[in-house]
Amino acid sequence: MIAYLTRRVLLLLLTLLLTSALIFALTQLLPGDVARLILGREASPERIAQFNAEFGLDQPALVQYLRWVTGFVTGDWGRSFSAGNAPVRPLVLERFGNSLLLAGVTLLFSVPLGVGLGVLTALNKDTWLDNVVSVATLSVVGLPEFVTGIVLINVFALGLGWFETTSLIRPDMTLNDWWRILVLPALTASLVLVGYIARLTRAGVLEELGKPYVRTARLKGLPPAQVLTRHVLRNALLPTITVIAISVGWLIGGIVVIENVYNYAGIGSELVRAVEQKNLPVLQAISTLIVGVFALANLAADVLYAWLNPRIRLG
Amino acid sequence: MSVPLLEARRLSVAYRIGRRWFNALNDVSLTIQPNEIHGLVGESGSGKSTLALALMGYLEANARISGGELWFAGRDLCRLSRRDIAAQLWGKHIALVPQNPLDALNPTLTIAEQMTEVTRLHLGLSASAARQQALEGLQRVKLADPERVLARYPHQLSGGQQQRVMIAMALSTRPRLLVLDEPTTALDVTTQAVILDLIRELVRREGTATLYVSHNLGTIAQLCDTVTVLYGGEVLESAPATALFSRPLHPYTLGLLASLPRPENATETRLATIAGIAPALADRPQACVFAPRCIVAVDRCHAEKPALAPYAGRHVRCWRADELATGALTVRQAPAPPPVAAPPKAEVVLRAQGLSKRFVEARPFDRLLGRKPTAVQAVSRVSFHVNGRATLGIVGESGSGKTTLARAIVGLAPADEGTLTLLGVDIPNALAQRPRAALRNLRMIFQNPNDALNPHKTVAQTLGRTLTVMSGGKMDAKARAQRITELLESVGLTAAYAKRYPAQLSGGEKQRVAIARAFAANPALVIADEPTSALDVSVQAVILNLLKDLRAREGASYIVISHDLDVIATLADWIVVMYLGEIVEQGSAAQVYSAPSHPYTEALLSAVPVPDPTRRGGGVRLEGDLPSPRHKPSGCPFHTRCPRFIGQICATDVPPEREGADGHRIRCHHTLDALAAMQQAGLPL
Repeated sequence: MIAYLTRRVLLLLLTLLLTSALIFALTQLLPGDVARLILGREASPERIAQFNAEFGLDQPALVQYLRWVTGFVTGDWGRSFSAGNAPVRPLVLERFGNSLLLAGVTLLFSVPLGVGLGVLTALNKDTWLDNVVSVATLSVVGLPEFVTGIVLINVFALGLGWFETTSLIRPDMTLNDWWRILVLPALTASLVLVGYIARLTRAGVLEELGKPYVRTARLKGLPPAQVLTRHVLRNALLPTITVIAISVGWLIGGIVVIENVYNYAGIGSELVRAVEQKNLPVLQAISTLIVGVFALANLAADVLYAWLNPRIRLG
Repeated sequence: MSVPLLEARRLSVAYRIGRRWFNALNDVSLTIQPNEIHGLVGESGSGKSTLALALMGYLEANARISGGELWFAGRDLCRLSRRDIAAQLWGKHIALVPQNPLDALNPTLTIAEQMTEVTRLHLGLSASAARQQALEGLQRVKLADPERVLARYPHQLSGGQQQRVMIAMALSTRPRLLVLDEPTTALDVTTQAVILDLIRELVRREGTATLYVSHNLGTIAQLCDTVTVLYGGEVLESAPATALFSRPLHPYTLGLLASLPRPENATETRLATIAGIAPALADRPQACVFAPRCIVAVDRCHAEKPALAPYAGRHVRCWRADELATGALTVRQAPAPPPVAAPPKAEVVLRAQGLSKRFVEARPFDRLLGRKPTAVQAVSRVSFHVNGRATLGIVGESGSGKTTLARAIVGLAPADEGTLTLLGVDIPNALAQRPRAALRNLRMIFQNPNDALNPHKTVAQTLGRTLTVMSGGKMDAKARAQRITELLESVGLTAAYAKRYPAQLSGGEKQRVAIARAFAANPALVIADEPTSALDVSVQAVILNLLKDLRAREGASYIVISHDLDVIATLADWIVVMYLGEIVEQGSAAQVYSAPSHPYTEALLSAVPVPDPTRRGGGVRLEGDLPSPRHKPSGCPFHTRCPRFIGQICATDVPPEREGADGHRIRCHHTLDALAAMQQAGLPL
């Protein structure tokens, strides 16, 4: 297990190094001159040369990349091209923290709900309950997030007034304030996830229920609840766990639309802005971070899978 | 007679298919006395597993009891709710040992967790007491190192160990009825023999009433006091084991026993068969369920269903039982076509010289970290030859390398070392480099006909493709269609089968198509890997006969691979016995079956369950499991399990090959005379 973990962590670092190089190479290919874009059309050649020198853009690409990598590892993530050339790290990390919080709350909603619905529908296969839940979750999965988001705002914020319409983060927020701004975006993201988790859980439970070891457990005389929790779920949830872990990556980097609908200061919308502004230091830092989260989530999924599945853990 | 522990009275169980209910079990009466081992025998589709579970009060979700009564220890199970049956009987008074122990154990719980949950629930034991009890249970089933087994997960145990665990678990609450559903079917024959001994010993000692379900008449004869024969969901015959095997009264039982391949059958004679196939659930005849396949059926048999009638201490469901019992009627096979006189030719079709195959399990970082990749020597330095129109039988347990050897010969898993000479010409080991003539002359029949045919291609397309490829595209459509008809007829199918898809064929029919495909291009040598292991006994006999007929008619040679010595013995004139990738003995069938033979062959032979209750048990038993090919024992690979182990020399030195008469060869440190003396003294074969 330790050898396995070491190998996986080494692979993860390698992945990060390669993707960061790839991202760097791609930013080099972006059309137009960065300095001119940032400084404007009227900027003098001297001003541009000065900008390039200041950010090291006059150096060969390889030198720029190596400088960036060493900086990233030692905690110097460079300075933003815009926003008064503020250091990149605190800015990005704050946004990253916000995204993590939203992802966490989303999982808190969607995992118990999805798994619960999945088990419920599997145990009541082909009944009206199964059909209703299946149709409902499928149709919600099919709806774009901005539609569900706007509906939720209209009902729960504008209509019932339980939550805020926008999720702007203010400096002096209490726990209750956080709750009021987080629930709706988390719910919107959950609606996408619950469907997947429920369907996967349902399929997993149904598959396991048909296996001979479940019959063995029943014929041991174990009460049905014990057969379900002790024997079925542990095996049935293995694929679900993988999908949940991987969806963390999506929740961090892929919910730009939800962040925009609620005006939530997550890392996804910051990434989009960095791309628009050709703010290369911010763009690189965020991309690397998101790749890191994806890779870590995958690793977590694999480790968790191996840990829960002795057939892999003990070969 | 004492009060039966379990009694089914005219029990019927129905399954819902679509919107209709069909009786999978019809009018089944069966009693099990305390202390009795009751055998339930039937082919696939007979309903034996459904019956075994129904007798426990367990029904699938789409099944219901549609008639009759079921009594267990004075209680009517039909009147108890499933919840009550589960809480009061299962695991406590009735326990099951199911067919495939690996699937029947939860893969993510340790053996300790799975064993103790039963005793904690039913006997109210504390965690530590339950653990102690599990430990004792594992000792009773003679598992070495029970402490370690408790901490293991199912996949870390061998099949034999898993089944011992299941048996220990089932017996842990001292149930009154033990149901064994094909408990040894997934195991090797040597392990099966040991497990059967163990079951007999434990059940006798505890006095547990036992229902033993199997398709294998041999194991039934070895274990059971009373036998019930099930066919098409009905009991056809029920009798004490000795009476049933010595004097079967139902034509079906007679046919089944006659169709068993036995070593006495000469390789040129045909086996008796039962024509046709068992009817599907929806097409079962309303009258006698066996009548369509019965060779002594009269008009009444097709019109009216006979009752299960008592007859001198036994029960038979047949209109002609009286005539059969008095000897007024005898069941004779339709006269078999005279065997074609086709003795093996002297010319060598295939010669293998020093064939070896290694599998290297390389991991991505091995080279980086300077580790040596693990290698598994699946086949080592194997040499043999096959004569024209002859059959070479390769026998060995799982892990013996016999399938790898077959794949190496046809080039699917090219050998690393050694040479293959086909019809006097050396051929490359890799399939891609072989000339078309070599491909045409060397064909293979795979183990499982269900997987070997493309489900999206009709029989004609499957056969046509082989014909096109093997003729180099030179065959025109008309000639091809004609050849397909010819081929189908040669395997006993009609031309109408050409348009069918594999899903529309029975297992035996699929295997016929696979055989037709192998013979499509007039091969010189056909390699058949376990050609009948997926088939029922009555179908197996038909396929074995077909293989014999084709051998004589087409003049082809065979290499037949099987774990079943009896199947090998009815086909092969030369037998190769493999153990852990090496040939330990080879010789003619007569030589291999009689002393002297290699101690491993001796163990294999005495492990074969003889379908005769008067010849039970005895002989050599192999303790322990087959060593992993990754850690092959030094010296003689068999020394870790050898019942004729000499001493240090077996563990350190590679045994010499000792040559007997007519090419008979044995690899052993014992001399042939010593082996013969020991085996004649200790083993009435």
